[in-house]
Amino acid sequence: MDADENVILTVRNLTKRYGPGCPDCLTLTGLAPGGNICPKCQSVVACGEINLTLEQGEILGLVGESGSGKSTLVRCLYFDETVTAGEGYLAAFDGGGSNIFAATAQRKRYIRNHLMGMVYQNPLLGIKPHFTAGGNVAEKLLTAGVYNVAVIRKRAAALLSRTEVPLDRMDDFPARFSGGMQQRVQIAKALANNPPLLFLDEVTTGLDVSVQARVLDLIKEIQRELGIAMLVVSHDLGVVRILADRTMVMKNGRIVESGLTDQILEDPRHPYTQLLVHSML
Amino acid sequence: MLDINTVKPSRGYNFAFLDENTKREVRRKILKAVAIPGYQVPFASPELPIARGWGTGGLQVTMSIIGPDDVLKVIDQGCDGGVNAVNIRNLLVKTTGVRTTFDTRAASIIQTRHRIPEEKMRADQILVLQVPIPDPLRFVEPSMARTAEMHAEMDYSRMLVFLYEDIVKWGEITIGARYPSLVNDRYLIDPSPIPRWDVPKLNRAETLYLFGAGREKRIYAVPPHTPVQPLEFEDFKFRVEDFSGRSCIRCGAKDTYLNELFDAVSGAKVYVCSDSGYCDKRRAAGKRGPV
Ligand SMILES: Nc1ncnc2c1ncn2[C@@H]1O[C@H](COP(=O)(O)OP(=O)(O)O)[C@@H](O)[C@H]1O
Ligand SMILES: [Mg+2]
Ligand SMILES: [Zn+2]
Repeated sequence: MDADENVILTVRNLTKRYGPGCPDCLTLTGLAPGGNICPKCQSVVACGEINLTLEQGEILGLVGESGSGKSTLVRCLYFDETVTAGEGYLAAFDGGGSNIFAATAQRKRYIRNHLMGMVYQNPLLGIKPHFTAGGNVAEKLLTAGVYNVAVIRKRAAALLSRTEVPLDRMDDFPARFSGGMQQRVQIAKALANNPPLLFLDEVTTGLDVSVQARVLDLIKEIQRELGIAMLVVSHDLGVVRILADRTMVMKNGRIVESGLTDQILEDPRHPYTQLLVHSML
Repeated sequence: MLDINTVKPSRGYNFAFLDENTKREVRRKILKAVAIPGYQVPFASPELPIARGWGTGGLQVTMSIIGPDDVLKVIDQGCDGGVNAVNIRNLLVKTTGVRTTFDTRAASIIQTRHRIPEEKMRADQILVLQVPIPDPLRFVEPSMARTAEMHAEMDYSRMLVFLYEDIVKWGEITIGARYPSLVNDRYLIDPSPIPRWDVPKLNRAETLYLFGAGREKRIYAVPPHTPVQPLEFEDFKFRVEDFSGRSCIRCGAKDTYLNELFDAVSGAKVYVCSDSGYCDKRRAAGKRGPV
């Protein structure tokens, strides 16, 4: 099969800079310069000329230490942040023919509501504690244009039970839930519109180890059942090892190395990756 | 109606109290509000020397559009005799000298709080509604910056979640007054604290509806023939209050918004038209309630 036909997301030269910027920002930050702050203008180059592709049904891992730019990258892809430069193409949007970052606010909203899901590290960024668990899932369905209460409740119940939130909690407020259960509500909400693409940012960080394992299993199962493509971000190589088919390693706002996860774990090329892998063992 | 040259200021007041610059500002904002149905247009004005809660927003709108030939009706909760209505009427009469009426059909401008008259209004009339809280999204989002963004993006999903949760909790939508409604398929408005009964009167009407919020200094409009759609779900439709089997004890009307009263003598529950002008008109025509 032609590999290109399976690509659902292509990102080219995505740069996100915080600060005024100068002509030398990109050359004075990154791997070799050893930082993400431009010494000339003090701008932070959180992501510098990132390229990636994501195939249908694939889990792509993004690993790197804290501050390396992982969250910024997914926040840019989900339009939480505006990119400084770069292009992105979604197979499901205009047949992959238009740069999503250049789309109007209205079309970006459409893409977000219909073609993407996001799970943040902090569940309260993705769900509202003063809406019920079912109401949170309903919100995503309503933004996607489902205006039937019976249909909404049926779908919310199915999603919540799929993410192992007890159904008798459906009409309770997540403010009273454990962190693990809040995270499962957030995952249910992110899946509500059947997105072909899901972003997960440090979804297990901050959860108890036993809870972490269950959430990771859940993500893996959902991915198998629904065939959703996922970009899984973690500072923890262990998480990426469990979930990701392919992995990218990020540092100082740049991609250091990318390849099959097994290959990266067994035969890391870049000294930084070697350091990461060895520190995990 | 907007001819302002005929009446000279009396006793130190300009015609209709407001100075001409303020009127011009308010009129400009009214035009903008009419041009973008349902959009809340901010306006600038000096503080009126009138306590809040007295409908300063509606007053400023009325003062800016009224002319010496207008015939004014002022109602509060449907009633021409309410304290609020009497005070506003007196102020407007004192500063303009216009004629007033209790008859909806005889008025050219009606200023109101909490009701839309029962009698169908015409294209040559204007209804000015006093608004306490102009933004319907205040139900679900306290930040004005955020609600402005939500209006800009037509993102009303949180309001719908609010209604969904209402249904989950109570089995129906329990919002009575201030029922959130979509104007011209674009902007969600708070139609002011009118009952649900009055909301359909906004839809594709003959009359221009102007909404004035004094505290937050916003004006919005529902121009004639504009669609106004109350929020609802496919399986939980918007419904008006149900008065079936009831009628007004004074005039016998079965098709009006009724207030519930307790008969002072018998203690029994009785109903009476909320629109006092309409009720009086029916009585004058000999109509009576059940004995
Ligand atoms: N709003 C912001 N303003 C300035 N710098 C920021 C902002 N957000 C993130 N950064 C910087 O961008 C870099 C990448 O941050 P982030 O994407 O959160 O990294 P990660 O998720 O890999 O830990 C960090 O140096 C961070 O301090
Ligand atoms: Mg992060
Ligand atoms: Zn620079």
